[in-house]
Amino acid sequence: MTTRWTRKDLLGLRELSADEINFILETADAFKQVGTREIKKVPALQGKTLVNFFVEPSTRTRTSFELAAFRLSADVINISATSSSLAKGETLKDTARNLEALHADILVLRHSSAGAPQFLAQRLKSSVINAGDGAHEHPTQALLDLYTIRERRGKIAGLDVAIIGDILFSRVARSNIFGLLKLGARVTLVGPSTLVPREFEKLGVEVSHKIDNVLPKADVVNLLRIQHARQRKEYFPGIGEYSRLFGLTKERAKLLKSDCLIMHPGPINRGVEIDSEVADSLQSVILDQVTNGLAVRMAVLYLCGGIAT
Amino acid sequence: MKPGEQNPSAAVPIMDAEAIRSALRRIAHEIVERNTHPERIVLAGIPSRGVELASHIAVFIREIDKIDIETGVIDVAMHRDDVGTRAELPVVRASKLPLPLDQRTVIIVDDVLFTGRTVRAAMDAINSFGRPARIQLAVLVDRGHRELPIRPDYVGKNLPTATGEQIQVRLQETDNEPDAVWLERK
Repeated sequence: MTTRWTRKDLLGLRELSADEINFILETADAFKQVGTREIKKVPALQGKTLVNFFVEPSTRTRTSFELAAFRLSADVINISATSSSLAKGETLKDTARNLEALHADILVLRHSSAGAPQFLAQRLKSSVINAGDGAHEHPTQALLDLYTIRERRGKIAGLDVAIIGDILFSRVARSNIFGLLKLGARVTLVGPSTLVPREFEKLGVEVSHKIDNVLPKADVVNLLRIQHARQRKEYFPGIGEYSRLFGLTKERAKLLKSDCLIMHPGPINRGVEIDSEVADSLQSVILDQVTNGLAVRMAVLYLCGGIAT
Repeated sequence: MKPGEQNPSAAVPIMDAEAIRSALRRIAHEIVERNTHPERIVLAGIPSRGVELASHIAVFIREIDKIDIETGVIDVAMHRDDVGTRAELPVVRASKLPLPLDQRTVIIVDDVLFTGRTVRAAMDAINSFGRPARIQLAVLVDRGHRELPIRPDYVGKNLPTATGEQIQVRLQETDNEPDAVWLERK
């Protein structure tokens, strides 16, 4: 392994090389082992301060970053949109500069605007980790998805991965597409044409509007959460119709190969994008994703936060 | 690249493959003599060369005592005291020790003992797995210059050095070169 990590920030997977992605995954192997020790804590980031700055709410991702930071012995502060001065009219840049003035070493940012993490990374000495920006990227989610596939199948190159659902508004889909293609997987996007437009083919993926044609050849299906159905009505056929056409029902799951992995970034809508029996089946690796998310985030915090700045 | 390839006079051979073999064989004998319960020993190598040395020592112990010694890997990168001060981070690898450690003797195995900071980090790492009965230390070369109160229990070769000098250990599996120890003057 000749790659060395030199980045202070993790903004997206689009800018990373395949070697860098593999380096993060290999580093995560070491941190996953820490979770099995009697004392699940190492001093790697002792004395560092991490700020979880979540302008958009997310309990799951924030908690995962928080626990990852604890296990690396960093100190953690959580700031949410409502509790921050952003609600009082302060600009993002001023808020961030205030955090830096408090000697925050690592800033984990969730923001509704694409490019917000990059904006701050260019202006701050602190490490900036993108925890999801608009419909742009969610790199740690894609990394934990890649880690889970690699752990279960031993490789990523050559696998057929179907990503199903709201692709248009999904940063998880975008980061997954970049990561999977760089590591040599074939990617098929599946959903209604309003949510999976043909433009995505330019990225080097296949687009399909018929889930039943895709499931039989898939090695992995990654189901995305339907979350904008209420806000963006014009794109959705309606929840019931969506389930009928694109939900992974018990019946439809029979089309899958017996070793096909079923993934979901959570929180799952049982009965909408996935049936309960399918979500709890042996093929489902949804809870492995959660466990692996911790290891992957420890690796990212260690790599970005551990280098001298 | 072999050490000192550009300037061969700068690298002095200290041990060849045979010298390393007999040093490890002697360490294996000492380990068996000093431990009344060799079956409780775990040889924990520090990656990468310590792991390779530990597996060689385990083979010698099997020849001497007809006993299979358990081996493990103890990675120290995430327990180091200099994270955040280096432009390049040490690569972290997964540690692996047989559990539980209670009643066991963990013998840390490394190629070169220098400041002692790596060994301190290794002891911290071992403690996060549990509480072994005792921890011992085996090294191929002790080059001096300790910065912590740490001493080895088993030494292949004592080699007093100047601070500017470097010890280069090359092992077949790790480096794809014949086993050898070199002293490099800067």
